[in-house]
Amino acid sequence: MRVHEHTFDAIVVGAGGSGLMAAVYLARQGDVRTAVLSKLYPTRSHTGTAQGGIGAALGNMGEEDHWEWHMFDTVKGSDYLGDQDAIEVMCRESPEVVYELEHMGLPFSRNEEGRIAQRRFGGHTSNYGEAPVRRACYAADRTGHMILQTLYQQSIKNDVQFFDEYQVVDLLIEGGACRGAVALNIATGELHVFRCKALVLATGGYGQVWEITSNAVTLTGDGMFLVARRGVPLEDMEFYQFHPTGIRGMGILITEGVRGEGGILRNHEGERFMERYAPNLKDLASRDVVSRAIYKEIRAGRGIDGKRFVHLDATQLGAEVIETKLPEIADFCRTYLGIDPVTEPIPVQPTAHYAMGGIPTNVNGAVVGMHGEPIRGLYAIGECACVSVHGANRLGTNSLVDLVVFGRRAGLAMADYCRHADLESAGDDPAGPAREELERLWSTAGSDGENAAEIRREMKQVMMDNVSVFRTEELLQEGLAKIAALRERADRIAIDDRSQGFNLDLTDAWETKGMLELAHIMTFCALNRTESRGAHSREDYPDRDDENWLKHTLAVPRDGSIEIGYKPVSITRFEPKERVY
Amino acid sequence: MRVTFKVYRYQPEVREDPYYDSFSFDAEPTDRVLDGLNHIKWHLDGTLALRRSCQHGICGSDALRINGVNRLACKVLIRDVGSKITVEPLMGCEVIKDLVVDMDPFFGHYRAVLPYFMNEEAPPDRERIQSVEEREAFDDTTKCILCAACTTSCPSRWANPGFLGPAAIVQAHRFIFDSRDRGAADRLSILGERSGVWRCRTIYNCTRACPKEIQITKAIGEVKRRIVDDRS
Repeated sequence: MRVHEHTFDAIVVGAGGSGLMAAVYLARQGDVRTAVLSKLYPTRSHTGTAQGGIGAALGNMGEEDHWEWHMFDTVKGSDYLGDQDAIEVMCRESPEVVYELEHMGLPFSRNEEGRIAQRRFGGHTSNYGEAPVRRACYAADRTGHMILQTLYQQSIKNDVQFFDEYQVVDLLIEGGACRGAVALNIATGELHVFRCKALVLATGGYGQVWEITSNAVTLTGDGMFLVARRGVPLEDMEFYQFHPTGIRGMGILITEGVRGEGGILRNHEGERFMERYAPNLKDLASRDVVSRAIYKEIRAGRGIDGKRFVHLDATQLGAEVIETKLPEIADFCRTYLGIDPVTEPIPVQPTAHYAMGGIPTNVNGAVVGMHGEPIRGLYAIGECACVSVHGANRLGTNSLVDLVVFGRRAGLAMADYCRHADLESAGDDPAGPAREELERLWSTAGSDGENAAEIRREMKQVMMDNVSVFRTEELLQEGLAKIAALRERADRIAIDDRSQGFNLDLTDAWETKGMLELAHIMTFCALNRTESRGAHSREDYPDRDDENWLKHTLAVPRDGSIEIGYKPVSITRFEPKERVY
Repeated sequence: MRVTFKVYRYQPEVREDPYYDSFSFDAEPTDRVLDGLNHIKWHLDGTLALRRSCQHGICGSDALRINGVNRLACKVLIRDVGSKITVEPLMGCEVIKDLVVDMDPFFGHYRAVLPYFMNEEAPPDRERIQSVEEREAFDDTTKCILCAACTTSCPSRWANPGFLGPAAIVQAHRFIFDSRDRGAADRLSILGERSGVWRCRTIYNCTRACPKEIQITKAIGEVKRRIVDDRS
């Protein structure tokens, strides 16, 4: 296997919203040689599928709004696990970055005054929880698509250098510093070593671990897996969001914007059941609350026809609102369900959507280790990172805010770091471990080997049955045992494809092994946390336990098991209190 | 239902010439064509190479020729194309392996039209003002996901690979008709050259191929008219 070498100042891994924002900021410096490595063409990144909006307290719709209210909603939404210093940074800077995106040309929808249009979204309120507020800035229901396109356009304008379809398969982390990455050029099957002073991971989430998910088939948690196996801990992995409204059976996302515009969830009896679970905000309560309510309705036999889904009723919105503000949703319904949301309710079920946990960082995206020590030159942003602004449950629209705010901050921090740091040695054969790993996978053939797709299918089922919305010790123990068995089988994965170029059989197998490691860590963390908070709902420990658990989990694989550590939550403005919507 | 997929294969490391493989299996009528391709790759023949990502018509990875028509494999259900399904790579592109084609020329043409917002005036503290009507003028072309279904269905492009093609023009349109942008003259000059809009013979293949239902031929017409208007 041939190995190529490259040297840059800064490397960005992943070309979604956060990676491109960082890349644009790095490129604009002019003196920081930057490259973006992405396993997809940049415009294929999953930011493009975000629909409803990006939250910023602009107050454009004739309603008062303040970043402090946004901050309160985010803290409350996080079930008080989010770090308030980081949340303050995000909500303060959000209006500024939204204007910046507009100045970059992003075609937001407009209100009557020609300003950026805003709509309601779950958990976003005025005056510290009083009533829903229009805070989500949107471009129809294609907000993520427009963010991704705009940032890619700006990358081209700023001459960002791209290595498209280069999949990073190892990180050169040694002696408390990141010295680069090893990437597989998918087209040729050759390895490339990228040495650099600073590297940022912007690789997105890992929703593919579950059977029903809104996530792309390529969202396999590569960045998280890569750091964890190099001894960097992952933070709060037990917190994973199930979005309440995925298309039944497929998991395709139906934006919260449908409910923001007035859509209503109904059970088999036609009842607006959210009135019972969240008397104030009803259908616009936060996602963890709504997903649990749907599960409870289904359990009580009030799913539609007794089955495992409920209805999202948008028929009262009228054709014009649906066609102009929610056109993609209408298209999904017509294409995949053969129904018209103008006249018929949409069958929905909770769908695995977003990782609140990830690679621990400070507010500049710099990665911090188990004991708060910096990993020099290593940064993480976007869904693969944990700042932590989402805590135990993310509010809708805040993922896009997170991407651009912390993408920008990391880009600037890395530029600064590159100017002062030296390029560190990456050793004699930096590609060695990656080459051995891939060659082992590549050379395992034979009919007695395991099929990666079958292992993936079983993993998704286990995670869905044992580690989803409701959890118990019994379920989690069983899940842990099943994941362990799958990890063992995964060592015997055999692939069909013997070629070098575009060997997606090989990368699928590699990703499957990585996902199993993440499934293991997350199940272990879910078992470890004996309370219920945000998206982590333990039926055997139904209450939030601030006395023992108002803290972040850190988890790192060690000698076949998981070593657990903790760190405190930053509480600056809002003391924890009971969370009612 | 029983379906038979006839799939174009090109495995240059194994065999010099392209060929077709057939796979028969049971599928649901509501399955996507992509589900069928995934089934083949995951359970019948792991050597099959194709690009895919979001699986619901947003990322633009899986534009393919399905029963002779350019479609996204994730936006076509089996019941819509019947039980015999032929899947081939996009036309007019170099095939790298099986259904994977070289996208670099496509993205090269995209870059050629200066596909980014241009306005060097100092922006206001808040957003630039744009009326609902001004925003509507280019709404359709903001939907483009760069899947290449249009460009690779265009007979003018098959004949002249140098033609920038419908997708690049759509991307230029998105900026030319944006009231906030100031780069229209530069883009119109590029699109007015021999490789630009005049290669379009209004055959409408692009409009029919677009998975986002963008009125591409109409957009190209608007650009042509703008070039003529600016000259007169």
